[in-house]
Amino acid sequence: MIDREQVLHVAKLARLKLTDDEVERMSEELSGILEHVEHINELDLDDVEPTSHVIALENVLRPDEPRASWERDQVLGRAPDPSAGSFRVPSPQA
Amino acid sequence: MASELLELTVAEAAERIRSGDLGADEYLEAWRERAEGDSLNAYLWTAGDAAQADLERTRASRDEVDATGPLTGIPVAVKDIFCTEGIPTTAGSRILEGYRPPYTATAVRRLRSAGARVLGKANMDEFAMGSSNENSGYGPVLNPWDSGRVPGGSSGGSAAAVAGRLAPCAIGTDTGGSIRQPAALCGIVGMKPTYGAVSRYGMIAFASSLDQCGPLAHTVTDAALVLQAVQGRDRCDSTSIGIEGGVELPSREDLKGLRFGVPRELASEAEGIESGVGEVFERTVGLIEELGGEVSETELPHAPHGISAYYVLAPAEASANLARFDGVRYGLRVECGDLTEMYEETRARGFGAEVKRRIMLGTYALSSGYYEAYYGRAQRVRTRIAEDFKRAFDRFDFVVTPTSPTVAFKLGAKTDDPLAMYLNDYCTVPMPLAGIPAISIPAGLAQPDGGGPELPVGFQIAGPAFSDSALLDAAHALEGAIGFRRENGGPN
Repeated sequence: MIDREQVLHVAKLARLKLTDDEVERMSEELSGILEHVEHINELDLDDVEPTSHVIALENVLRPDEPRASWERDQVLGRAPDPSAGSFRVPSPQA
Repeated sequence: MASELLELTVAEAAERIRSGDLGADEYLEAWRERAEGDSLNAYLWTAGDAAQADLERTRASRDEVDATGPLTGIPVAVKDIFCTEGIPTTAGSRILEGYRPPYTATAVRRLRSAGARVLGKANMDEFAMGSSNENSGYGPVLNPWDSGRVPGGSSGGSAAAVAGRLAPCAIGTDTGGSIRQPAALCGIVGMKPTYGAVSRYGMIAFASSLDQCGPLAHTVTDAALVLQAVQGRDRCDSTSIGIEGGVELPSREDLKGLRFGVPRELASEAEGIESGVGEVFERTVGLIEELGGEVSETELPHAPHGISAYYVLAPAEASANLARFDGVRYGLRVECGDLTEMYEETRARGFGAEVKRRIMLGTYALSSGYYEAYYGRAQRVRTRIAEDFKRAFDRFDFVVTPTSPTVAFKLGAKTDDPLAMYLNDYCTVPMPLAGIPAISIPAGLAQPDGGGPELPVGFQIAGPAFSDSALLDAAHALEGAIGFRRENGGPN
């Protein structure tokens, strides 16, 4: 069971603001989903290696040579608040 | 004339365009008219009016278009998760409303290099999270067979566009069934290639270890033509490998010498398979035998735990991938208070309910104290599922299952019950967890349990990693024996 406090803690970690109604619903829905997920606790997985990626991957290397990148304006042009060649954000402490 | 053009397969149209028998512009115009008249909400953007068409032409000419390419003159519906330079790309989310990417996804570049053109950007569940397309920030897509029903998801717009004759073919993405399930519910072919077959560069990330681009089309040959164009190693995606030797166009007419395993966990013993879906599945298995294939029962003991593993792993990866939508570099920003408040408000306003749910689920599963219990265990289940398939492929060339447990369900039927919605993916999540290719082909029509109209049923075939060409070949033989198009003539 995921209670209200846990929902609020996770929402903070995820930088999501939830309404009271959403907190209520999230607690109920996440609890239901996790109850289903917990069926995997029935399996004996002690000697099993975890898989993070299915295809055997090798590092891909290339020569470290300079090459053209996007123009700064092209990248900044899509930002909500570009300023002085940078991304402007509100102060961390208003 | 125009309606006759819409009946051509991609292979036929490309051949006629190459031979000069059909003008590429005339063909494009016929499809553009169809896409413009979209009444299914399948498109979020179409190359409709003159200005947009010009824009599209300019973009196309910049990537070397091959006038003799295998897809010369073929318009393609592109799922809105693929970045297209200068053309709106939203991933079905309000947080990216109005965003025009500075670059184009490799899969789309490859389509253009093969001669194809972007006809429109297809609607989808927000960030590819959903099985009904009801999670789009821009309204649900309607199923062309019955506009009161869902087309499936998350590539619902791509599937509905092809089935509803709004595009000759499409590309989508599949993370847990997002190409195969909507293809099944709309009565078309959809394939998830082997992980690594197609570059993910420019494909907005949902769950990076599972996401894969693939084709949706009316025929297996058309799907193969699209896959042939998009697959290949890409230096912009270090997980892309491509399919060695490329994709061969399918030609098989029988299934002699091939062994098919029916995993009981995903067929006879699977919960929630509608009786009509079960009947079509059994009949299709009978056709495999008539074509000379050997069929016997097998097991995938951990497959029933696929949903549990998937709904930990995919949200965990998503919670990290979606951290980039923070109101700083692109997309929506809600101005208010300090930096943290800006992040929280922007994400609260920009994301829909399902995306928030998955971010919460993933963040919880990765949070201190729960990591091993959820994420760690789910990764171990993933290993078990992959091992199950390996064991099955020691004895069988392919494994077959129903694609979706049900036919297309009514709009709104499952929106209040996230778990019921997740269970739609029961037969499709094990394959991406194992990284293997799987295709869904239309196998017939069936009524939903409790009665209703006759709706398409998909039949899924899965093969070992990098067996993509052999998989298409087997699907082609079976498609011929099923005769779906001839039998039914498609939706109204």
